[in-house]
Amino acid sequence: MAETLHNLALGFSIALSPVILLYAVVGCVVGTLVGVLPGVGPLAGISLLLPATFGLDATRAIVMLAGIYYGAMYGGSTTSILMRIPGEAASVMTCIDGYAMARKGRAGAALAIAAVGSYVAGTVSVIGLMLLAPPLASFALRFGPPEYFALLVLGLLVLAYMSSGSMLKALAMAALGLLLGMIGIDQMTGYFRFAYGVVELGDGIGVVPVAVGLFGLAEILATAGLPAPPRVIKPKLRELLPTRREWRESAWPIGRGTVLGFLIGIVPGSAHIISSFVSYAVERKLSKRPEEFGQGAVAGVAGPESANNSATSGAFVPMLALGVPSGPIPAVMLAAMMVHGVSPGPLLIKQQPELFWGFIASMYVGNVVLLVLNLPLVGVFVNILRVPYPILYPSILAFCILGVYAVNGSVVDVWIMLLMGALGYLLRKLDFETAPIVLGVVLAPMIEMALRQSLAMSDGQYSIFLGRPISATLLGVGLLLLLLGLRPLVTRGLDWRARLALAEKGEEHP
Amino acid sequence: MTLTTDRVAGGALVLLSLVVLWESRRLPLGSLRNPGPAYMPVVLAVVLLGFGALLVALAGKAPALSSVGWTEWRHAVAIFVVCAFAALALERLGFRATIALSLAFLLRGVERKGSVFTAVLAIAFAVATFFLFDTLLRVPLPRGPFGL
Repeated sequence: MAETLHNLALGFSIALSPVILLYAVVGCVVGTLVGVLPGVGPLAGISLLLPATFGLDATRAIVMLAGIYYGAMYGGSTTSILMRIPGEAASVMTCIDGYAMARKGRAGAALAIAAVGSYVAGTVSVIGLMLLAPPLASFALRFGPPEYFALLVLGLLVLAYMSSGSMLKALAMAALGLLLGMIGIDQMTGYFRFAYGVVELGDGIGVVPVAVGLFGLAEILATAGLPAPPRVIKPKLRELLPTRREWRESAWPIGRGTVLGFLIGIVPGSAHIISSFVSYAVERKLSKRPEEFGQGAVAGVAGPESANNSATSGAFVPMLALGVPSGPIPAVMLAAMMVHGVSPGPLLIKQQPELFWGFIASMYVGNVVLLVLNLPLVGVFVNILRVPYPILYPSILAFCILGVYAVNGSVVDVWIMLLMGALGYLLRKLDFETAPIVLGVVLAPMIEMALRQSLAMSDGQYSIFLGRPISATLLGVGLLLLLLGLRPLVTRGLDWRARLALAEKGEEHP
Repeated sequence: MTLTTDRVAGGALVLLSLVVLWESRRLPLGSLRNPGPAYMPVVLAVVLLGFGALLVALAGKAPALSSVGWTEWRHAVAIFVVCAFAALALERLGFRATIALSLAFLLRGVERKGSVFTAVLAIAFAVATFFLFDTLLRVPLPRGPFGL
């Protein structure tokens, strides 16, 4: 514990230096702006703004990107409450009661509770991250290629299981992502695979053009031609203070959401989406007045908002400690770290303590910055939503092109974004989730390398995966999830994923 | 047999996996004990083939393809064309000219905004983003003829 506190002091000495503080503030503000923009969630936002950090050293860049991530998560709740448009998928549940509160004239209170809940959840979950990541990293030093292979396969299975809608479709998308990840030079033999003479494909398909295409461009393609967006409810500054009753009713949901979100966040999958759904369901179950849910229940805002912010920190645990991204957003963060020469994994904490602890401390600082800046500035952020969409979307499109090109200075990436955008648009129409594709693209080379190294270790014996306790356990859990996920195919009933899919489509009572 | 969304998607996945299997012939497959560069793509293509076939087989309850709304297709095609233009022009015309022309096409041609408004916004946006990213943040962006 003393060592942790000492390290944290080191982290704060870095995070509170004026320059790092400035980058944390800039990251939070830019992230909030990105989160407020319809269609540009944290995933596309981080991808687009990655080039803007190229001129910075690793610590500043990562602090800024983490601020963007946090800010985008917070910005998403603003549009959910004021327009009933989730800025990003995790804010879907906030739409239900947040918008209902806004229509009753309690928009300010809903925003304040979302902000305070996010702050509490963010801060507490960083403590969890701080305490959990170092021991997990020490444990991960026991991992060899078979354990990593099993962990990566489990990650994909959990993501598929946690996806809303059909697990079969999610698995198909994960397989598609893995196949796309096979493009490029085979790391063990040097063969070019599916590159067709395009030299730029030698390094494989980058996660940034895939993420921006599937999430940013696909959203623009699907929404640009739709009628004008709904009315924006603009709260007044004096309405921001919740009443005593509202505070009382939100206290426990914030606490429960924080714990729940962090625990779900550690597990691979679209954690922040799932956590907000689970938190909403729990709060409604525990409420003395469940009939108020959907009509503007404070707990329906406090719980899910806390849960999705807590899950954000939780998702960093496996990424920092094991070097394994638990979802598409950590995957992009991982890619961003690697661009800056940082390799997350068991050795990061020992080899670059100033970076790890500086990052942890900057998350505390970022939470304070978000709380202090965003509530007073909510009017400014809302004004962005008043820009007519026919003017807004061409600008977002230009940023997509810029962001994707700038990562490698290659037009091939712009073409990949274009193809992924078209694919994402069609998959949306056909009701497929695209998050597993992004994770598949990132994990494909890791999975293949771990498999082939494992077989090299065991002289080609596949029993190595079952003979080692950690990998056997991880694969066993994966098999169990697979069977659980496919159960609705046999029983033909609605499981929780089907109910989540209905909620995301606008059904108010999951 | 009704053409449902899952049936169409499943069919497309089956087709894609067959293409991957065909294209993988060019690479050494290796063996079960010593996988070659084609091993993983082939395994994944077979898995995808299975998922695609299952989707087709279980697609009965999925919505009919005709129920999917395509009202925004004109905008989607226009945006797609603009992106393709940007990919072709970016290193030939330079960042500023490409972005200004792309925005001008979308604002004037697709959204029917006024000419002056379009011209001012398109040029200002292109110049401002170039200044922010290339000059201030030192992210190298392509320049076109005459250093534009």
